Amino acid sequence: MTDSADVSRVAVTDAAAELLARLRRRHGELMFHQSGGCCDGSSPMCYPAGDFITSDADVHLGDLSLSDDGGPGPAVAFTVPVWMSRAQFEYWSHTHLTIDVVPGRGAGFSVEAPEGVRFLIRSRLFTDEEAAALR
Amino acid sequence: MTVYTPPGQSGSIVEYRSRYDHWIGGEYVPPANGEYFENPSPVTGQTFCEVARGTADDIEKALDAAHGAAPAWGRTSATERANILNAIADRIEANLEKIAVAESWENGKAVRETLGADIPLAVDHFRYFAGAIRAQEGSVSEIDENTIAYHFHEPLGVVGQIIPWNFPILMATWKLAPALAAGNAVVLKPAEQTPASILYLMDIIGDLLPPGVVNVVNGFGAEAGKPLASSPRIRKIAFTGETTTGRLIMQYASANIIPVTLELGGKSPNVFFSDVAAERDDFYDKALEGFTMFAFNQGEVCTCPSRALIQSDIYDQFLGDALKRTEAAVQGNPLDTETMVGAQASNDQLEKILSYIDIGKAEGAKVLTGGERADLGGDLSGGYYVTPTIFEGKNSMRIFQEEIFGPVVSVTDFADYDDAIKIANDTLYGLGAGVWTRNGTTAYKAGRAIEAGRIWTNCYHAYPAAAAFGGYKGSGVGRENHKMMLDHYQQTKNLLVSYSGVRDGFF
Repeated sequence: MTDSADVSRVAVTDAAAELLARLRRRHGELMFHQSGGCCDGSSPMCYPAGDFITSDADVHLGDLSLSDDGGPGPAVAFTVPVWMSRAQFEYWSHTHLTIDVVPGRGAGFSVEAPEGVRFLIRSRLFTDEEAAALR
Repeated sequence: MTVYTPPGQSGSIVEYRSRYDHWIGGEYVPPANGEYFENPSPVTGQTFCEVARGTADDIEKALDAAHGAAPAWGRTSATERANILNAIADRIEANLEKIAVAESWENGKAVRETLGADIPLAVDHFRYFAGAIRAQEGSVSEIDENTIAYHFHEPLGVVGQIIPWNFPILMATWKLAPALAAGNAVVLKPAEQTPASILYLMDIIGDLLPPGVVNVVNGFGAEAGKPLASSPRIRKIAFTGETTTGRLIMQYASANIIPVTLELGGKSPNVFFSDVAAERDDFYDKALEGFTMFAFNQGEVCTCPSRALIQSDIYDQFLGDALKRTEAAVQGNPLDTETMVGAQASNDQLEKILSYIDIGKAEGAKVLTGGERADLGGDLSGGYYVTPTIFEGKNSMRIFQEEIFGPVVSVTDFADYDDAIKIANDTLYGLGAGVWTRNGTTAYKAGRAIEAGRIWTNCYHAYPAAAAFGGYKGSGVGRENHKMMLDHYQQTKNLLVSYSGVRDGFF
């Protein structure tokens, strides 16, 4: 029996987690908002926490639990919340999302673009068991 | 047939500078922090120039120049501004081939498109707004015998514009032409994927404008775009891009209480009713081309007809013919005039398209053709090419709901008119749509029922000036490509004048 508390909607690859730790040292706490639409859309946008104002029009998909062991001193645990517009979630809710990173230029105001990389969403369908637990 | 020599090689008609600074106050100005970023061509993946990496200091410098130029520019007569816009159009036209090749090299799009669409449309757009501003008039309301309300158009002053990478010169023109016609000074930030072609253009037309009227600052969104969009020194911000950045820009604008215009993409339905296949004639052939338009500009168009809805009784046959037409599209060197499908604009764009092809397959959609990265061999092996891809599936799938921004169409069938409209409108977006039918009544009713700003009826992907373009629903705010865009760049000044010598009697 899988409990919904055990089923996450979002995950992160090691490469993306390592990048997030570096970006956090530079920009402070971070957040994601999944974009839709034109050009650089359909990509996750990473902002300094609070820079993008979320509202009832958004869904909080979950928090990425991460650790920064690359900085000075002991490893620091931190979280990065992931959001999406509620309307878009209607069409995405059956898929699990993993935030990855690839070389690229990006656009929009996402903070990783100057590093020559771009966050990217990789998706898979929830298993029947996961889907049942999330209902 | 012509194959253009790549810029940078001997014999090319285009010479890019090896390094571009910011264009501020009518001259090149090095970036405040001295940093530059590399600019690769998607044709080969190889860097061909470097570009100033702008920051807030550079934006401030550009805003200084714009504020210096705006008052005098705003007082010029409509005739003077129209003459300058016409001169810009003439200069672009005289250099059309060079500009077309330069843009193809930077963006990866087929040169047949830049020669035949992007740059000629840019020329026409400047001329359209030259005419529109000459013909614009204020208005007079006669309140009563002795009281008159006069309405004057005034420029906003200094405006910010953030340009996308899919049509670097045409999208800049869509924003620049109305803003300049209306008498505004501009600080423009190109996309970081295509920072150089607009500066290539400024090298050709820059001397026609007073210094400071147009300023171009390159850089990354987080470093240069944000300080521009959030600046209290602009009176309006215009943006073309995606929804999250669009919302963020609106949030910044709310802090400064300034207007925004946004063009945020779509998931446009292309609807083919049964009677399209009533005959095998020119119209049927045109409809098949209309289907294949999903691969136009490698699918990197906000209005890409990325959902094809085909009525059930012609589904198999029409889709079979459409498949053949799609497979006949020539993919290759973007600088070859025979090439119809070029390179995607960047590596991350390529990766995103491939990730969507993955989720499409995982959701059970069937790949009828394409579905993979194309290796074109030789120098082009390092470029970013995707084979035109046709998916068959259901409208609830993510590939039917998200803008992939690649040469990928998702096809499904519909039973009747009501079903077609229901599926067409089952989307977050409402930018464009296509309706194909031989029946005028069906065409009219479907066009009015689909919730989108532009309904191409028995045509697709035409962008003439004088046809208003903009979105319903999540696709944005404002209408470009039409004289109504002047309103988005102008204030209304009302003088309410009494010609009576008699007191009101309140005091």
